[in-house]
Parts: sequence; C-alpha cells; structure tokens
Amino acid sequence: MSFSIAKRFSEIPILRRVLQFKMCRRKIASCNVSYTVFRHRWMKSLPVLSSSFRLMSTQPEKDTVDLSKFPVDKIRNFCIIAHIDHGKSTLADRLLEMTGAIAKTEKNKQVLDKLQVERERGITVKAQTASLIYPYEGQQYLLNLIDTPGHVDFSYEVSRSLSACQGVLLIVDANQGIQAQTVANFYLAFEAQLTIIPVINKIDLKNADPERVESQIEKVFDIPREECIRISAKLGTNVDKVLQAIVDRIPAPAGSTNDPFKALVFDSNFDHYRGVVANIAVFGGRVKKGDKVVSTHLGKTYEVNELGLLRPDEHPTQKLFAGQVGYIITGMKDVKEAQIGDTLHLQEQPVDALPGFKPAKAMVFAGMYPMDQSEYPGLRSAIERLTLNDSSVTVQRDSSLALGAGWRLGFLGLLHMEVFNQRLEQEYNASVIVTAPTVPYKAILSSAKLIKEHGGEEITIVNPAHFPDRSHVSEYLEPMVLGTILAPDTYTGKIMNLCLNRRAVQKNMVYIDDQRVMMKYVFPLNEIVVDFYDLLKSMSSGYASFDYENSGYQAADLIKMDILLNGRPVEELTTIVHRDRAYSSGKAMCERLKDSIPRQMFEIAIQAAIGSKVIARETIKAFRKNVLAKCYGGDITRKMKLLKKQAEGKKKMRRIGNVEVPKDAFINVLKRKEK
Amino acid sequence: MIKRTFVAASRVLSPGVRRYCGGEVTEDVSEWAASPHLTKQASVYVHWPYCLRRCSYCNFNKYIPKENNDHIMTKCLQRETETMLQLSQVSRVSSVFFGGGTPSLAHPSTIAAVLETVSKLASLSDEAEVTLEVNPTPMGMSRLEDYLHAGVNRFSIGVQSLQDEDLKSLGRDHSSSQALQTIEEARRLCPGRVSVDVMFGRPKQTAGSWVHELSELLRVCDDHVSLYQLTLERGTQLFKQVQCKQVTMPDEEVTAEMYRCARKTLHQHGFMQYEVSNFARHNSMSHHNLGYWKGEQYIGVGPGAHGRFVPLGEGGVVREARTQTLEPDVWIREVQQRGHGTRRRIQLSHLELLEEVLAMGMRMTKGINHEHWDLFSPQLGLCEIFGPSMDVKELLQNKQLILDDRGLRCSWTGLALLDSILPILLLELERNISPVGNLSLSADEQTKKISQPR
Repeated sequence: MSFSIAKRFSEIPILRRVLQFKMCRRKIASCNVSYTVFRHRWMKSLPVLSSSFRLMSTQPEKDTVDLSKFPVDKIRNFCIIAHIDHGKSTLADRLLEMTGAIAKTEKNKQVLDKLQVERERGITVKAQTASLIYPYEGQQYLLNLIDTPGHVDFSYEVSRSLSACQGVLLIVDANQGIQAQTVANFYLAFEAQLTIIPVINKIDLKNADPERVESQIEKVFDIPREECIRISAKLGTNVDKVLQAIVDRIPAPAGSTNDPFKALVFDSNFDHYRGVVANIAVFGGRVKKGDKVVSTHLGKTYEVNELGLLRPDEHPTQKLFAGQVGYIITGMKDVKEAQIGDTLHLQEQPVDALPGFKPAKAMVFAGMYPMDQSEYPGLRSAIERLTLNDSSVTVQRDSSLALGAGWRLGFLGLLHMEVFNQRLEQEYNASVIVTAPTVPYKAILSSAKLIKEHGGEEITIVNPAHFPDRSHVSEYLEPMVLGTILAPDTYTGKIMNLCLNRRAVQKNMVYIDDQRVMMKYVFPLNEIVVDFYDLLKSMSSGYASFDYENSGYQAADLIKMDILLNGRPVEELTTIVHRDRAYSSGKAMCERLKDSIPRQMFEIAIQAAIGSKVIARETIKAFRKNVLAKCYGGDITRKMKLLKKQAEGKKKMRRIGNVEVPKDAFINVLKRKEK
Repeated sequence: MIKRTFVAASRVLSPGVRRYCGGEVTEDVSEWAASPHLTKQASVYVHWPYCLRRCSYCNFNKYIPKENNDHIMTKCLQRETETMLQLSQVSRVSSVFFGGGTPSLAHPSTIAAVLETVSKLASLSDEAEVTLEVNPTPMGMSRLEDYLHAGVNRFSIGVQSLQDEDLKSLGRDHSSSQALQTIEEARRLCPGRVSVDVMFGRPKQTAGSWVHELSELLRVCDDHVSLYQLTLERGTQLFKQVQCKQVTMPDEEVTAEMYRCARKTLHQHGFMQYEVSNFARHNSMSHHNLGYWKGEQYIGVGPGAHGRFVPLGEGGVVREARTQTLEPDVWIREVQQRGHGTRRRIQLSHLELLEEVLAMGMRMTKGINHEHWDLFSPQLGLCEIFGPSMDVKELLQNKQLILDDRGLRCSWTGLALLDSILPILLLELERNISPVGNLSLSADEQTKKISQPR
C-alpha cells in the first residue's frame, strides 16, 4: 500500500503539468454560488496517467486486505454532502489520513480534487470513492466513502451515489450556516431515507457560531441539536468523533454473502487501455476474478478481469463481498455498455434487477464552435474524450452560417456546462466560442399533419429554427425549476424584486434564524440560465446562495423572435422568447449588434421582429467619410497593408443582404457574457 | 479562366519572357513595369530626417539632431543619389521633392549639392518641379531665396493651422503671423508655385471654426492647398493625451463635415480638387505627387525614404519596393561603406503592382483611365476586371463609383469613402489576377536584406 501511495504522489506533478498546459483563460466565477460536483473518475481520460495507473494496479502486490474479514456488519457506506466551500474535501482529507489511506502531511489539501477546475473553484468535479479501514473498539471496520456530486445539476447522479449508501455526513459551515445547497442536499438524502449525521465544520474560525447553526439545523431539518458534531476539519478537531458516529449511527448495508451475487453499477469511466472501469456496490453475494457476470440491462455476459477496492487508488483484490464497494473491469469496450444503474449478476444465477435510474435529461443547451474552423478536428476529439467519461452530455452536430461547423451540447445544468467548458479549455487547450445557453421548450401540436410527421403530439424544441408556428400548436411549454434562495433578511426586498422580474412565483418564505431567510420560488429555467446567479450574488454582496431543482414544464406564451439587418432575417440570431421578455431581449440584442457591426457605406437598420411586427430597432449610420490623408514621402506600403488586411477581412465576413457582419459581431451577440 | 491558367503556366515555364502560347501572345506582365515607357524616368524623393522638436501628433521618421553634421549628410545624400540613379538607369528625372523631417533645416548648399548630383547623372530640365517643404519659421523664411538659387522652384509650406493656440499644443515651432509672412515671401519668390499644408480634425476644432480658418487662409494663399485630417498615431504624445482623456478629438461625424465644408469652400474659391487631399487652381498641381498616384517610378534617397523602381542597373526586370535604413547614423555609416542605405527591397508581383496602381490611382478625381491601366495590365482591362462584379455594380448604382469609356474613378461622394471602396476593388482585382507574379522567385528571395556592398 505504501508503495502505491508513494507512486501516486509522485504522479501529481506530472498531472499538474498536464493540466496546466494552459493557464485559465476565462475568469473563473468568483461567486462560488451553490455549486458542487459531478463525478466519474476523471483521471482515466488522460492516457499518460492511465498507463501509469495500469502499471501500478497490475503490480504483483499481495492482496493485503482480506475482504472476507469484513462481513456486512463491519461495513459502512456513506457520503459527504455540503454546500460549496463548507469543507467537504478537507474532511475527506482528514478521514483518509486518520485511517491511513494516505500519509499525513501538510500537503494534503483537497487530495481527492485534482482537476485544475476543482482546485480553482474549490469544488469537487470528479470525486473518488475511497475505502477506509478503521479500527474501532477492537474491531476492523471497512468504511466506504462514496463521493457524491453535491449540486442538483447532478441530482440524478447524486441519487445514484446515494443508492449505494446508508448514511451521509451533512456538513455545514459554522460561520455561514445553512446555505441553499445544504437544503437541496438534505432533501435528496432525506428522500433516500439515509441516516443523516450533521457535522458543523470550521469551529476554529473567529466568527464561528455553532450554536446558531445547530438551531438552524433543528429548525430547517428537524434534527435534534444534540446530534450535531462540531469539528474543525482543518485542524482535525473531533474528526475521530465523526468516524465513531459513522460506525455507531449508520446502519450496515443489507444483504448477505450467502445471497446470489447482485451489484449496482453506480459510476463508470473509461480507460484507454483497459476499457470500462465500473464502480459497483455489492448488494449480495460475492464476486471474484474470472467470474462470468451478466448485465441485466444489455443481457450481455462479461468475464471479470480485475476487481478491487478504491483507496482511493485502485487496489486489486481477489474478491468483493456483499456490502462492499469497489471497481470491476470486465472487458466492456464502450462506456455506453456500462449503463449507470445497471444490475450485474452471475451468469448462472439471475436476480431481480435493482431499481435503476431515470436517464439524465439535458436541461441547458449551448452551441460550441471552434474559434477557427481549422481547429475543428482538434476540438472534436477533445469533446469526444471529455464526453467519454460523462455520458450525461448530449452532443449534436450543428452548423451556423456565421460560426461554421460546431456542436450543440446539452448539459444537466449550468455548472455542468461551465465545468465542461473550463475543462475543455484547460485540459485540451481548446479555444471555443460558447453561445448563450438555451433551454428545451416543448410544443403540443394541434396539426394532424405535424403530429404524424413527428410521431406524437408533444415535441421538444432545442433549435429555434424548428419552432413550430402558433397555428399548428395548441400550447407551448417551458421548463420550470424550483429555486431555493438563502440570504440575510436585509436583502429580501431586492431579491424578491429580482425574482419578480424573472417571472418567478414565490412558494414560501421561512426565517431559518433571526437573520436569515429561506425563500422558494418557481422559476422558468430560461430566466436563470444566463445571469441570474451573478445578479443575485452582486446584489447581496455575495451573501445569498441559490440552488434549484427541475420542476417539470408549464404552459408559456412563447414566441419566435427574428433579428433583421436591413430587412433580412439573420438565421443564427433567431431566438425563442417569452412574450413578456421579447422587447427587452430584442432591444439588448440590437444594441449588442450595433456595437459590433462596423459602419458601412450605407445605413444599416438592426431590428428585432416578431412575425412582421418590429419591436426594437437600432441604426448604424452610414460612413460619410472614410479616406485618409497623404502617404508621406511615397510610403505606400503601410497603406497597402492596411487595405489588403481590410480586403482579407471582407472575405471572412458573413453577408446578410448587403450588410457585412464580422464573425466577432455574432460572437458578441451569441456568446455568454464574460463574468 | 482558361486564359488565366495559360498565363500562369507560361510564367512557370519562362518568367519574364515573351512567348507564344496557344496562338495568343502572352507575356509575363510584370515585365511591363520594366517597359521603357515606365523605366526611363523617375522622380526623386529626398528625406531630411531632422527636426528641431517633436510635434505632438507626428510619428514619422524624424530625429532631433545631436550635433551639426550637415557636411556628412550632404555627402551621403549625394552619394546615395548617385548610387540609386545609377541603379535605376533612368535617363530623366521628372521632379525632385525634399521632404522630412524639416528639410528647411538643411543648408541651401545641401539642396544645391543634391540637385547637382541629380543633374550629373540624369537630365533634370529647368522645368522639372523641385519642391522643398518649409516650416514657416523666421529661419525658414530667411532662407527661401537661397533655396530658390539652389534650384528649388516650388515651396510647400507647413502652415497646419492659423490658430496660435493650436500651433502651440500641436508642438509646432511657428506662429500664425510667421506663417502668413512666409507664404507672402514664398509667393513673391515663386509666384504660382507655392503650396500650403493645413490640417483639420484638430482637438477642440469645430466645423465652423475650420471653415473660418480655411477662408482666412484662402485670402493669402497661392494656387495649391493640401489638407490633411489629423490622425491619431500610436506612440505620439497626442495619442497619450487622448488616452488619458486630457484631449478629445472631434468625432467622425464632425470630421466628415469638416472635409465636406472644405471641399465646398475650396471649390467656391476656384480650387479644383485633383486628389483626396489636394486642391489646385490655374493648373498648379504638384507633379511630383501626381507621379506617385499615377504609378510612376520614384527613387527614395535619405534615411527611411521609400522608392519604387526597376533596378535596371543590376539587371533587374521587375519593380521593387525599396526602403532605406531609418536611423540617420546607421544610414550614414551604410552609405559611407557601400554607397547606399537600402534596408529592404521587395520585388512586387504583378498583382501587387496592380494593387498599388489601383489604390494610388483611385485617389485622384480623374481616377484611372483605360490607357493608363493598360500600361500596367495589357491583358485585363478595367471593364473586364470590375465590370462583372456585383459589388462593383452596387457601387456604380449608388453613384459612388464611375466606370465609363474614360476609365474608373470615384464620384464626389465616393471619393470621401475611398477606403471603403478600395477593399472591394482589391478583392475583385485579386480574383481576376493570378496572385503569382514571379514564380521564379522563392519567398526568401523576394525579401532580401542587402548586407554586402555592391
């Protein structure tokens, strides 16, 4: 074990070098709103590293851990959930150190978070499962820390991680108290009927007020304050109590080694050399190398090539037993074969499949285009490699007359999208134009012809070009979310105003203590995808936190808005908007275009129109003079260069009628605003 | 298309040589720039790099002299003139222009010496225009007569403004009354051959004050006016001042109006606009500058000077764009060592030559006539190149451009938009002319630094 630890640490510099090929180009959202996590073991996506992992894991290392010594009652499966920056990773570091999974050094900071994006944002993107061996009251316990994505963008993934656990550590910052994501995470765990251990972290801070946080927990979650454990993960204070509580309070997993083998695939990732590596939770029986296992989802049979524990590195063992959590390599070649939520069983012993998961649905879409079309192949392979380990990203080829060939990608949520973009830039050095995110709308068709064409009444519209005409539709629908906002009550008025402007409907409002208010609103998703977080953060001086969960579809008065240049529609700028928002968004688009289309020899009218009705207009005046003075002493070279550059530039412009529009103009209008 | 391919193919086979191809005479047209008509004569531009002080708006090649080196400069200008004229093999020099810097800081004997050298190597007729740029300072004025005796027969006076406050903030070293006196003296010495330079678009200037100023100037000036819009150049003091918002420049609408008013005012006073910035009455156009716009050869002498000519003296057949070394001290050393300070020479491809002919020619109100164009492009006429283009048609329809039996030119409104029109024309030209003018030359050879004396 010590060998593999040393090995792993020696790899970190290599890894960092790989990741830091490119410094962060984009300014990182300074507001760590309510995000965390989504996972999969990401490291395998880097071939350099995975090869060294393979070497490591195939060392003829002895099976130092005899897993048969850990019957079900000596096993605890748990995860840690927290609002961002409340100390989840630091606590994980301490747990790993105290159980000897990693050496105790000063350097253990966010050991499980190795991506540049994780360290910069202080979030966990690709968390890892780690099995800890903990001696307690004369017994050896196997504690499986199953890391979960904390953010509801990934609630589908949270629920699948939670399904492998029996308990959670709910961490709350002793200074900040309950935040929006704490609430969202609590409900996920609560609904999964898991044991919840509230942990109040950062009690070493000067402004720590654990009393207050305990009463918040009592009020909001109805958990007796006596159950809270006050710790400082940073200093290690009381972390031992957390370990004890895990053993004492969290029930052992159900199932017995005598049952037929039955395991849940709760995560998977792809390794270029070994194929799919699946993370499994064994619900019953045992499995060993050489066994033939069957995927209930596909009905296909695979031979187990390798299996073992994650500590947090792969640690091959001979067998895995009921209640245990580990990894398995079976010669699956395509990541799609390893369906998350699938049940595995032995070939001879079929079992009833465990309840699977609903497939994740993309809720936020954005176009991605290479900065230059020559970079298309590079970007394509980067996107392919990143999506290999994240099947929740949907990829569709798309092309824009202005931006060239690209893709329309679907993400589970905004954080998911941001993290994906950032990794694309940082890990693959790809410069990308990302268009402003849109949401999937739906239409209930009334035209028999269209219903026949689409094979159903209800269609989902991702691309505004496919927006069906009002006359063929009985109803349009837009996706809604239930948003939770926590903020000091001094900001209540401002926040209510903001929400009102975003067409939100208040569901309730609760004081969680004498200063902090929790508000719940139903928002149209479209209203929060672009700049809602930023506005909320800035108007509350950073004190408000926000989180949301999907909340189905609602009827909405949606219309298609065209942007016209001298009367001609610009295809790529067509958008679907709510009627109430048409004027303001049309005006904003016209203004942005006005600023980025250069003056030409004639006047240019920029209009936003709904059908034939113009709702906003900006005018770019014609040049009256565009000619410059003399060429000093016959130096015409400089002037020629300038003219040639302009002539070259014209070639790259997109022409709408007689108006030449530079690519930059489209980028300025379509792109997400820099934060 | 087929024809173009033939041309290109024939060039591959034998660049620069006349040959029969498919029964049709084709020739490497770049050789046309070497045709006797164009190569037997040139104008000469002489650059005097020194100024007494730096104007706040100027980023041109000029130096504040550390010591008097008139004697060395004179020798070097003579030497380089000699070398370049020999290299060009021109038999006639059509005009000489002393520009700067501040060439009126050069001693009249320097001017005389350079002109003498020119005359020694080529014919410089008494009628040939010899212009000197003059700063209207008392010193400049006092020397006018001596310059006249040295051979100068035209003065271009850098009045720039008649507002003393503006002259001061622009960093000029003269006053408006000195300017007026200098004009008067120059007109006395060279009647009908005095030009004034004046600048608009200055900080705080309004269209009204500009028209007033111009009218005042027109009362005293001779038959030639050049007006320039002050442009903000990086690296100048003015640029910094604008950046720190100490100074604001008039906006585009205002400068457009200034230009329009100036054209109108000058027209009312009998001045004919013959180029974007140049106006003359009584046929007093600057022949030297017309040479640039007509694509004629010119030889640049002095630090940082530019030239366009065929170096027949070393067996050259294509026109070259030449630039002399910028820094006076380095230039002096080079001239002393090898007779010239040419720092860069680029052989112009056929397309590049035509691009220059087009971009320069369109600056003239007369534009480019068919005969003139055919001189450079005997195979593809203006109508063939620009006639079919939809973009050009639109310019014609909008009455910004005129293409008729005289040739191609801008309309009155079109001339003010020339920099928007030229990119369109350049694209059409590129589409019609094979971009490879001299296939025999590799890219390395096309730009060579001259390091060894020849």
